Amino acid sequence: MIYEASLIAVGLFVAFVLFVLWISFFLARRATSASSYYAAGGQIHWAVNGIAFAGDYLSAASFLGIAGMIAFYGYDGFLYSIGFLAGWVVALFVVAEPLKRLGKYTLSDALDAAFNSKGIQLMAGISALVVSVCYLIPQMVGAGALVTPLLGLPHYAGVMMVGVVVILIVATAGMASATYVQFMKGGLLIIFSSILVAAVLYNGVGLRPSNSAHELVTLEATTADDGTVTAVDDPQYEIVGQYEDDVSLVLLERDGIRTWWSVEASGDTVQLQEALSKTTTATGATLYNGAPQEEGRFFQVGTFSRIVVDGEEVESLDRVGPFQFLAVIQESDVIRFIPTRFDYNGDSVNVWYQTVTPGESLMRPGVRFKIDEGATFLSRLDFISLMLALFLGTAALPHILIRYYTVPDQRSARKSTVVAIAAIGFFYILTLFLGMGAMVSGVLDVESSNMSAPLLARDFGFILFAIISALAFATVLGTVSGLIVASCGAVVHDLVHHFMGMKLNEKVQVRAGRLVAVIVGILAILLGILFQGTNVSFLVGLAFAVAASANLPSIMLLLFWKKTTARGITASILTGIVASLGLILLSPMMWDIYGLGAENAPVPLENPGIISIPLSFMMLVAVSLMTQPKAETIPNITPVVDTPAAQGD
Amino acid sequence: MHHEPAPEMGDDAASAYKTRTGLILFAIYGLIYAGFVVINTISPKTMGHVVFAGLNLAVVYGFGLIALAIVMGLIYNAMCTRAEDRMNQTEGDTDNDL
Repeated sequence: MIYEASLIAVGLFVAFVLFVLWISFFLARRATSASSYYAAGGQIHWAVNGIAFAGDYLSAASFLGIAGMIAFYGYDGFLYSIGFLAGWVVALFVVAEPLKRLGKYTLSDALDAAFNSKGIQLMAGISALVVSVCYLIPQMVGAGALVTPLLGLPHYAGVMMVGVVVILIVATAGMASATYVQFMKGGLLIIFSSILVAAVLYNGVGLRPSNSAHELVTLEATTADDGTVTAVDDPQYEIVGQYEDDVSLVLLERDGIRTWWSVEASGDTVQLQEALSKTTTATGATLYNGAPQEEGRFFQVGTFSRIVVDGEEVESLDRVGPFQFLAVIQESDVIRFIPTRFDYNGDSVNVWYQTVTPGESLMRPGVRFKIDEGATFLSRLDFISLMLALFLGTAALPHILIRYYTVPDQRSARKSTVVAIAAIGFFYILTLFLGMGAMVSGVLDVESSNMSAPLLARDFGFILFAIISALAFATVLGTVSGLIVASCGAVVHDLVHHFMGMKLNEKVQVRAGRLVAVIVGILAILLGILFQGTNVSFLVGLAFAVAASANLPSIMLLLFWKKTTARGITASILTGIVASLGLILLSPMMWDIYGLGAENAPVPLENPGIISIPLSFMMLVAVSLMTQPKAETIPNITPVVDTPAAQGD
Repeated sequence: MHHEPAPEMGDDAASAYKTRTGLILFAIYGLIYAGFVVINTISPKTMGHVVFAGLNLAVVYGFGLIALAIVMGLIYNAMCTRAEDRMNQTEGDTDNDL
């Protein structure tokens, strides 16, 4: 809404998509067997696979969501980076090699390897499908959020474009192309993010970050005893209304344009500070800062209010080092814009008003998560629940797990994971600089935190913006490809081939996989449109919680507890899915979406992991102990490789 | 070109060693991560104290967790590779080490 379509960005994006499609069609001729379709024939080099891991993992949530959350809330967003990366430790140290030894194509194979149980086949297939779809939604929503500024198209157009391209990629070539797409995307994303961070540091910091940045206006005002604003020092403005709630806001009119201002008492004087507003009138018209969108009155925000370097206040500082950049923010103050929403004279009004936040608060946790002042036991438990799900979710994501089958052996699986950790870890360190850089560069769009990193890039010229935007699209594109391949594996391999016992030949399996890719792709498009505006991070958190609850207890206990039984695994996966999804659907955030009021939600936690993960573990242990058969094969990592089930069929 | 299914490894004599090493490293990292979560939960203000080069504990601990994951990953890989070479002398894996 505050951007214009960019021909360079469009050109780069189209070129990238065509390049990707060319690779896909080129590689399609190689995908003649089921193994090459689902797992690239197990012949991908470990270094390529490691960067492809990074490409898979650095989804819209990482690149767009985390940078945006840091730009809006400071360090709290970086907690996602830390949690997401820490999850790789579980993947490397606990899951990677044993899983590579156990399975063939999918998570279901790994879990089923020792038992050949119909229950496991069904539940593992459903679990992989559910988690993949949960993870698909935020990617598609991210695609829609990106397309608006890049191409000037509506949300649904972006969702459909990504959906169609991904269906084409996956339906034609499967995992082989997905791996190389992810490799390219992962590598380029890290390179260009590094360039962007270097540009931020080279540019330095300043109260006026750039000449094009909007200069915030402040007016002096007079108030009555009851706080009502009675006069403004600038005669061009006329007071036409006032709204009082948590914040005091005044509606001023100038040249026929009405804008909202926040009232700020400063000593003996009262100041009116410029705010941003989006008003939907009773007639259905939408006004940005009192005028139609095309007039461009809505501006980008996010600046220092005071810059302190080594205890001294300065106006700007050229070329800062990475540590110095963070240290300056720690000492300085930042102007953030806080949203509020209310009805006024029949209009629905969204206002974003200024608040000065000390850098000391922004550089530590507590701005977004309620763990500091005003925290309750439940809000702290909710935070722990989120960090637990992030830690345990990574190793249980099916589109990550499937990549273990694209390398030739355990050693390659391990090396791939180490490469991935290094690449992803480096990128996540960059997210702090990207987010903080966007926060103080006057580039933020208050309506879309997801756009923070691309808008920061635009501040350094259209070329960088175009490349970063194209990469962001590719990010969504690649992640969605991987997820749809994982979904195809779940449906065709786990459900149809194993659970239903339909013995399809390899060519039919590949054809069925392509059909499923089209169906899941269409489903993803519909969900992406349906969930427009839903918080991307919330949806990703949901996927992590579901994955950790449904899959991780089964994977870990199968690998490390000899009394694990097929029924225990089945019960655990079912419990994990039902508990995590159930708790999320009954959570305050969902209750708010239903329009029933967050405070009335039957479950007070936003993040279900702290309940659903232990519950799933306990269910597995309890059911396994109750169903110990006399002659059942005891699962064991070493011998399981040589069992007939482990070799696949 | 027709690919065959992913090749399986034969018996891995280093398996138990790698599993044990992985679990020990996981436990160490898990404890350090838990410490990070506990401090954030109980005393987020502690995280605001400047501890190094103008950086506060939150940044140093956060960067440290990321760096530690990379370092421990390299150590784990080196230990496992050495164990595989020592214990599986018949293996013909020619991959280069990281």
